[in-house]
Amino acid sequence: MTDSAASPTVGRSVPRREGADKVTGRARYTDDLVVPGGGAWYGKTVRSSVARGTLRSITLDPAFDWSRVVVVTADDIPPPGENVVQLIRDDQPALARVGGEIRHQEEPILLLAAPDKGTLAEAARHVRIAYERLEPVLELEQATEDYGTIEIAKGDVEAALHDADLIVERTFRVGLQEQLYIEPQGAIARPTDHGGITVVGSLQCPYYVHRALKRALALTDEQAIVIQAETGGGFGGKEEYPSIVAIHAALLARKAGRPVRLIYDRHEDLAATTKRHPGVITHRAGVQRDGTLVAQDITIVLDGGAYCTLTPVVLSRAAIHAAGPYACPNVRIRARAVATNTPPNGAFRGFGAPQSLFAAELMVEHVAERLGVPSVDLRRKWMLRVGDSTATGQVLTESVSPELVLDAALKAARPIRPRPSGSPLGSADPSIRHGRGLSLVFHGAGFTGSGEKKLSGKIALECSEKGEFRILTASTEIGQGTKTIFCQIAADALGVSLDRVSVGAQDTSVVPDSGPTVASRTAMIVGGLIHDAGVALRARLERERPPLRVERTYEQPDTLHWDDQTYRGDAYPVYAWACTIADVEVDTATGEVRVTDLVIAVDCGKAIHPVMAEGQIEGGALQAVGWATIEEIKMKDGRYLNDRLATYIIPTALDAPRLKTILVENPYSGGPFGAKGIGELPMDGPAPAVIAAIHDATGVWLDEVPATPEKVLAACASS
Amino acid sequence: MRFVLNGRPLTVDVAGSRRLLDVLREDLGYTGTKEGCGEGECGACSVLIDGHVVNSCLVAAGQVDGCDVVTVEGLALPDGKLSPLQQAFIERGAAQCGICTPGMLLAAHALLCENPRPSADDVRVGLAGNLCRCTGYTKIIDAVLACRA
Repeated sequence: MTDSAASPTVGRSVPRREGADKVTGRARYTDDLVVPGGGAWYGKTVRSSVARGTLRSITLDPAFDWSRVVVVTADDIPPPGENVVQLIRDDQPALARVGGEIRHQEEPILLLAAPDKGTLAEAARHVRIAYERLEPVLELEQATEDYGTIEIAKGDVEAALHDADLIVERTFRVGLQEQLYIEPQGAIARPTDHGGITVVGSLQCPYYVHRALKRALALTDEQAIVIQAETGGGFGGKEEYPSIVAIHAALLARKAGRPVRLIYDRHEDLAATTKRHPGVITHRAGVQRDGTLVAQDITIVLDGGAYCTLTPVVLSRAAIHAAGPYACPNVRIRARAVATNTPPNGAFRGFGAPQSLFAAELMVEHVAERLGVPSVDLRRKWMLRVGDSTATGQVLTESVSPELVLDAALKAARPIRPRPSGSPLGSADPSIRHGRGLSLVFHGAGFTGSGEKKLSGKIALECSEKGEFRILTASTEIGQGTKTIFCQIAADALGVSLDRVSVGAQDTSVVPDSGPTVASRTAMIVGGLIHDAGVALRARLERERPPLRVERTYEQPDTLHWDDQTYRGDAYPVYAWACTIADVEVDTATGEVRVTDLVIAVDCGKAIHPVMAEGQIEGGALQAVGWATIEEIKMKDGRYLNDRLATYIIPTALDAPRLKTILVENPYSGGPFGAKGIGELPMDGPAPAVIAAIHDATGVWLDEVPATPEKVLAACASS
Repeated sequence: MRFVLNGRPLTVDVAGSRRLLDVLREDLGYTGTKEGCGEGECGACSVLIDGHVVNSCLVAAGQVDGCDVVTVEGLALPDGKLSPLQQAFIERGAAQCGICTPGMLLAAHALLCENPRPSADDVRVGLAGNLCRCTGYTKIIDAVLACRA
């Protein structure tokens, strides 16, 4: 059954599985789907226009003809259905109820469906909502409620700070960011026989949506079916939010007795959906005169917004990464996530780590400046090496690569032309200054601590009578290449040619729950299960005839130990590492920052598909450059002011730096073919490198992102 | 109203004020053209009208009366094979999630028709109206440069 002649595919950039469909327009995204049988109605969400208050009443204008409109309110979620969006805390209702609390602008209040968009828009104009307003909490400093606290302690920080030769203290701020997948959120729900609902949508995690649907609509496992359509980007934005879209579409479809399409437009998507958590991070570092790092005392406050969503988990990743990729004997990290009345913040590539690593990396710069040594030298002195322990006391045993990526990036960066004394390097325009900055980061691959054990992700691998192999997994393709690399891993493990392997549909009635497509876990954790299943199936095919099916469930290696109570132990199975070097031009007349070149060296363990691995890094790096420079969300009364693509600006091809990616392969024994997860890592390094480069160019420290022209000018003026 | 769509003459009976994007997607079933923002910022709905790249969300159907319109479905070679540009997008990793890809391909196609030997900077200018959030643009620029005459 296996092909002895099949050549290995891992490490080769084979064509993307769904590539031909994507370049011909044949790929079907949610809004492209025609509902079988026709007759689908259009759905719409009517939202709050206050940041905080009590919902007093919902009035449907009697002058309007409501006979052709379906209206859904919280009353349409009768027990045993529960008016809740299933996630960590049961605090977020699917729809606000009359007499209940409104906690943020754009909170869903009622749902409408109509046979055409014109009737739908007209109906929405005839809904009156009355509130009793309350004073909102809009700044994290004013917050009194929290979503959790974490404390990580190692050694004795107070004593070490007391004995340190030098203490450096700085405060850093990071801003909101929108994922800005180019395909907005959307779902189509269809009632099925026996009271079931099938939802097809743009989503990362079919089983998150499945659980949410079952709970809100009181459906059984079999009644709720969730299918992922081709998905136009996620970046975390389609991790938890699609549960809300799906519940809403399903409620409308159930009441209408027909399919309902609920597709957000860009404005609604920007105004209402989750963003990256903003935060304030304070560091106190203690060092000896020779540069030895003796203490790190760090506090983190993240703004979770109006509902909990995934905030405690984001906070956890932020805290664990807060010390940076450095060995320090005395560390204290105190992290808190607070509740405000802004729209809820949620998952976004990096998941808290970009925020805390931004602060950690700039801290290296500040300490180096105070000591009068190059920051690169300090990084070499502090960096984690095999045998060192992290802030949680995790002793690193393999695939520890800070030095490898640092050297690779330094070697690849173009030489800086010598600076004429007293003037910026080689620029004709006297207001343009050039600078270079560097950062070194790590990112834990897979779920934190005992997360993977609790998830127990499952996959199956089948061989048909004809000798065709099919991978069954809930891991989704959202552009990162899941389908392609899974086939490569399976083909090589089975020893068969690539064209005999395919991936089944991400349909909860077909595939097992492999866990969510998040946390840089897909290639490493789920890919690992597929590899193991391939090896096992290959062995069975030696002595059995197909059809055959092999299933695999994740089992935590017994070498990993984690204590959820004390936050001690092996926080992640392994870390991926990156060094970023950013070159910038700062226009001191306008405050504009242009990132001209970016070099990123990444240790991914093993690049299953080098072109796709580079693609992850380049895309993530540009998203981070956007966060660092131009992506700013302005708020008034708890409402995002720039809630259109004309005002929320992301980098275009003209803004993007020349990107040079170097893949370093320091294999991890627990990953398939040595691979580690790298989906989020490129989001971590560019922001601190850009801020350091701005300092190199101008001599001023911003200590915050985004470095908008206003902030750059103000910092230059006050220095 | 008549126009030529992907080389095929068509007569359609629609309100002239209807968005070309909706005529293509909803009335004619050409769903390769995507809606990313509906206000001419993202370029996901790019089509070619008489060879020029245009955001079809900002065009009233009546404006294309008598015009030649090309969508992503019309980019393949006459024998149905992928065009060199489509091929390069697959081979060089220029398509990730794929939602910007149709518009990006049309912008790149128009650029190469106008300037068969563009520099990397020319390509950046030519694609500046089409947003991509996945790739960092590097591999898209590579793919277009690979198709220079």
